[in-house]
Amino acid sequence: MIKLTTPLTDEKIKNLKAGDNVLLSGTIYTARDAAHERLVQLLDKGERLPIELKDQIIYYVGPSPAKPGKVIGSAGPTTSYRMDPYAPKLLDAGLKGMIGKGDRGDEVVEAIIKNKGLYFVAIGGVAALLSKSIKKAEVVAYEDLGSEAIRRLKVEDLPLIVAIDSKGNNLYESGRKMYLENRKAKA
Amino acid sequence: MRKKDCKEGVLLGNIIFPSILNMRKIDCNEITKAVKNACMEANYYIPEDVRLVLEKRYGEETWPMAENILERIKENIEIARKEKMPLCQDTGMVSVFVEIGQDVHIVNGNLEEAINEGVRQGYMEGYLRKSVVKDPLNRTNTNDNTPAVINYRIVPGDSFKMIIAPKGFGSENMSRLKMLRPADGVQGVKDFVIKAVEEAGANPCPPIVVGVGIGGTFDKVASLAKKALLRPLSERNEDEFYRRLEDELLQEINQLGIGPQGFGGKTTALAVNIETFPTHIAGLPVAVNINCHVARYKEVEL
Repeated sequence: MIKLTTPLTDEKIKNLKAGDNVLLSGTIYTARDAAHERLVQLLDKGERLPIELKDQIIYYVGPSPAKPGKVIGSAGPTTSYRMDPYAPKLLDAGLKGMIGKGDRGDEVVEAIIKNKGLYFVAIGGVAALLSKSIKKAEVVAYEDLGSEAIRRLKVEDLPLIVAIDSKGNNLYESGRKMYLENRKAKA
Repeated sequence: MRKKDCKEGVLLGNIIFPSILNMRKIDCNEITKAVKNACMEANYYIPEDVRLVLEKRYGEETWPMAENILERIKENIEIARKEKMPLCQDTGMVSVFVEIGQDVHIVNGNLEEAINEGVRQGYMEGYLRKSVVKDPLNRTNTNDNTPAVINYRIVPGDSFKMIIAPKGFGSENMSRLKMLRPADGVQGVKDFVIKAVEEAGANPCPPIVVGVGIGGTFDKVASLAKKALLRPLSERNEDEFYRRLEDELLQEINQLGIGPQGFGGKTTALAVNIETFPTHIAGLPVAVNINCHVARYKEVEL
């Protein structure tokens, strides 16, 4: 298990490989469909973003509401391909990593390689478990979007898997391939 | 005046008043309360039949990454249950299947509004996520997760049953429908189902449950596929032919190697449930509705 702390630098991620299990600590931001649309609209107009993207990580999540006395509700990843139309522009603007679930389009993989970024996966549907790693949550932009607002999260040992590393190696291709080859070898 | 119940209704003197006076009454407040509780329970507690299949498949999985993921899924089920928190942050759009006896009289309000009020209260009081937008293109959140998608079925008798099924859209988005030609036959159906699962890949959060509708019309077949997801995983299709087709499809899907979350493994699907309906001489509609491993539903009877 590899321990990693934000902000991510080229140095910290250059040795991470698709398939590595990571425990992430530090500050990350949440954004999903609606917030991405707004961020990219601002970028297109050349306006300032409500958050600084350089070396940061965006977690594709719309958490459930926090119960009284709790930091956050359940908070697992949403499906990432819906953010594919926006992700390359954010990577070009300095974003280092993304956390979501599911495979990405070619344009995102290319943008990851170009910007030496990476794509983590959190296990989909284990949202109660993942919420345990979130120690602080505050809305920092687009409060009107409710669960889709941008939140700044403080996480400790958030369990992630490197799905696409900075060289473009993709666990969605290699994982299944390795399993099938292994099965064939055993047959 | 002498009052007596009889087969046709109520006998008052020599006059028989129709049986509406005698119908079983169900209060809307009772319906609201039942829907509210079911929304919360469905989102906190995994159905026992789903939990048992997950447990069994975990024991059979041999690929390390897959085992690890199934273990986390089991842990999550425990945390959600103990802390009464949603299993998944996507607490879904709610489908409600109402089976209402024709001798039931709903009183004290409007049935549809009573159901939506239950959803509203359940999602507010249960700290569930509000994921419904008022208009598909001008996307403003309704902020209370209403409306629910309600299906009604009228049956003989005076029973009143509801299945409340909140479903996330990670899996809903991966669902498919096609009007096949009769000549495509069983193989055409199988190919279409396998293709839908293959294309869905990691997106619907495998291990998945695959609901398949075959027959009916364009709209009916989609509804059949959804209904198939509401059948407990412990129950198989009553028809021998379709039971065998369910088995074959499950086996073929689990040969694909997609695995939990798409990183390889033998546990791609927990079950394949098929529902059918008569269809037209010119058609063979087929629909695939995929559910994630957090396959939620709660049945209530009033």
